[in-house]
Amino acid sequence: MSHQPLIVVEDLAKTFVLHNADRAAIPVFHKLRLEVGAGECVVLAGESGVGKSTLMRAIYGNYLPTSGAVRVLHDGAYVDITQALPHQVIDVRRRTLGYVSQFLRVIPRVSTLQLVMEPLLENGVEPEAARERAETLLDALRLPRAHWELPPATFSGGEQQRVNIARSFIRNYPVMLLDEPTASLDADNRAIVVDLIRQALGQGAAMIGIFHDHDVRDAVATRLFPVAQFKAAA
Amino acid sequence: MNAMPQAIQAAPLLRVSGLTKWYGQIIGCRDVAFELRPGEVLGIVGESGSGKTTLLNCISGRLPPSSGSVEFDTARFGLADIYSLNEPDRRRMQREEWGFVHQNPRDGLRMRASGGANVAEPLMNLGGRHYGKMRQATIDWLERVELDTRRIDHKPRQFSGGMQQRIQVARNLIHGPRLVFMDEPTGGLDVSVQARLLDLLRELVRDLDLAVIIVTHDMAVARLMADRLMVMKGGLVVETGLTDQVLDDPQHPYSQLLVSSVLQI
Amino acid sequence: MNAGSNAPERYYNYAYLDEQTKRMIRRAILKALAIPGYQVPFGSREMPVPYGWGTGGIQLTAALIGPDDVYKCIDQGADDTTNAVSIRRFFAQVADVAVTEDTGEATIIQTRHRIPEKPLKAGQVLVFQVPQPEPLRGLEPRETETRAMHAYEEYGLQYVSLYESVATYGRIASTVGYPTMIDERYLMNPSPIPKFDNPKLDDNDAILLFGAGREKRIYAVPPNTRVRSLDFEDHPFETQTWDDACALCGAGDSYLDEVVLDDAGQRMFVCSDSHYCAERRAAGHAGPMAGHQLATPETEPAQ
Repeated sequence: MSHQPLIVVEDLAKTFVLHNADRAAIPVFHKLRLEVGAGECVVLAGESGVGKSTLMRAIYGNYLPTSGAVRVLHDGAYVDITQALPHQVIDVRRRTLGYVSQFLRVIPRVSTLQLVMEPLLENGVEPEAARERAETLLDALRLPRAHWELPPATFSGGEQQRVNIARSFIRNYPVMLLDEPTASLDADNRAIVVDLIRQALGQGAAMIGIFHDHDVRDAVATRLFPVAQFKAAA
Repeated sequence: MNAMPQAIQAAPLLRVSGLTKWYGQIIGCRDVAFELRPGEVLGIVGESGSGKTTLLNCISGRLPPSSGSVEFDTARFGLADIYSLNEPDRRRMQREEWGFVHQNPRDGLRMRASGGANVAEPLMNLGGRHYGKMRQATIDWLERVELDTRRIDHKPRQFSGGMQQRIQVARNLIHGPRLVFMDEPTGGLDVSVQARLLDLLRELVRDLDLAVIIVTHDMAVARLMADRLMVMKGGLVVETGLTDQVLDDPQHPYSQLLVSSVLQI
Repeated sequence: MNAGSNAPERYYNYAYLDEQTKRMIRRAILKALAIPGYQVPFGSREMPVPYGWGTGGIQLTAALIGPDDVYKCIDQGADDTTNAVSIRRFFAQVADVAVTEDTGEATIIQTRHRIPEKPLKAGQVLVFQVPQPEPLRGLEPRETETRAMHAYEEYGLQYVSLYESVATYGRIASTVGYPTMIDERYLMNPSPIPKFDNPKLDDNDAILLFGAGREKRIYAVPPNTRVRSLDFEDHPFETQTWDDACALCGAGDSYLDEVVLDDAGQRMFVCSDSHYCAERRAAGHAGPMAGHQLATPETEPAQ
């Protein structure tokens, strides 16, 4: 195993320009540098509004940085997410870079089990193997088996979130972005998610996370990363 | 730092360059260029009159552009400018390798023929001469688009709008095209019917690894269906990018306006 | 009128049409013969009968006929129906030709919706009256599109109508105007002849000409051309068959018309080809109802 970082953020800057509000410019951060290696879990720290979520989204390619680079180790080579073509970003997201949010995007009529299996099916995993892995995860997250064949649209917030976590962790992404994945879970379920995160770290995943829950943060963080130090002047 | 693998790994399925269409002095679309890869879903968004339908018609071989080229990786000639092919070759390529789902089923279906015959026609166009086999293929496809196979011989008029659209979808997929054009495929449907059809389309596109160019003014449709978006205004492409990036962090003033105009529920 | 070709008191052009028009039609015929099955547009003229009464066939005949021809005209196989009699008289009058009911001795036979039972021979011309020349029109209303389909041999659409037929009736149910492929190139509507007659189109020794006056199209099948009736591999082309033979002449190989005899439901089947039937009866053949009054129709009133 090389010591190459799995994710390298170089001189990243993000300024929102609101064209329909007199071209108002809202600077968020600049000259931001961050490297995350295998087994590391970097937790973004700072007040609300400091740009933690913006940074996560910029790394994921969801927001377009103003300048700088986000390099993700994908198939043994770095791909700059800020420059890559859409199909390359999609490929990186499918096989290397996972994003776990607190919100599940429910697809009508698709059963919970099917929804959790889907990412593996997309990657060409045999349905039987995908089902087995999905069942293991749903069991681990203690989602009642009676729920598995139902679409999660009517589930409680906590149940939906566990479905989302199962769906996110099923792929064993080498790089994961965790945006408050435990936000509405009770203590028992938080502990289960912490276990999942630790397992993934043990397998060499690199993670960047936002956790408001201090217990969870302390349980998984290998270091804190104060985003405020890169605050751009308005 | 290692070199980034940014070069195109595979030949594009479709390559559009410098595409411009004038209607006399009026611009239809101007200097549009992009590539589409196998299995990629491209959404073209913009308001009415932005040139997205003109662009779709130019790309799909239905409206010769004033200048520019549309190259497609044809089965018989390799990558070829579709407007340089002679007409029978172009028509044959369109029949064999493309599909086109119209907003209005009346434009995409033969209203005088039954639903089943509409679905089977592409097979007959490709030389199918065994009734029993085509009938079975039709039944399989009606099941796939979740239509009651007992209604196979009903005329399109006897089906609801959503069902007509399902017939059109089956008709445009039965022959195994590699590229399907969709012009507001859920445009005329009410919301619940639209959601079910979109869900079906999404599933089919994934299972068949189809490349799709879909024109829509509906940002929710774009988000659900498209891998990447082109935002058009006044015949120009003002922004392109990954779908969620364009919708969540639009850069161009017009894109920002378009996204902020979407009603939130 | 019994005027010879040298009669000075002729008030009309020979064979009704002016020479320029006949020349135009002959050119169209030559082109049609050169491209079997292709619909040649022509400048159809106003004729002294309404559209639908055979204006296309009449113009073809007028362009072809000469004083030495022997002319026969049939309507649904019969020489003695109003339309056939009228057209036959028309040409006797305007072209000074001999007329006949005998298929064998005619040189030009104009027909509405039948091919005579007696095989035609080289030197004979069969002129069909065509209401709708375009076989694809039923499913594709655009002329620009059907023309392109013919040009590029895109004939899948024709199979759609056969498909519909099998789907509805379990077999290809169309019985008249059954679509044909000419020399494996052009799709052709054989005019509304019964599909019973389709096999007679194939490798026929005569010239087969088709004229559509209202639609302004002429097309042709030259002698000994391959004419194939379309079908599916699992639903092959079949002609009609009857359990009965002709009630008058006993023929078991001819196309039969059903004739209702009374209000009590009595009926009989007779040859649609009236000359064929008469010739057989004259030769001594007899069916179960031979001698029925229908076998001796009123003779044409003397002129």
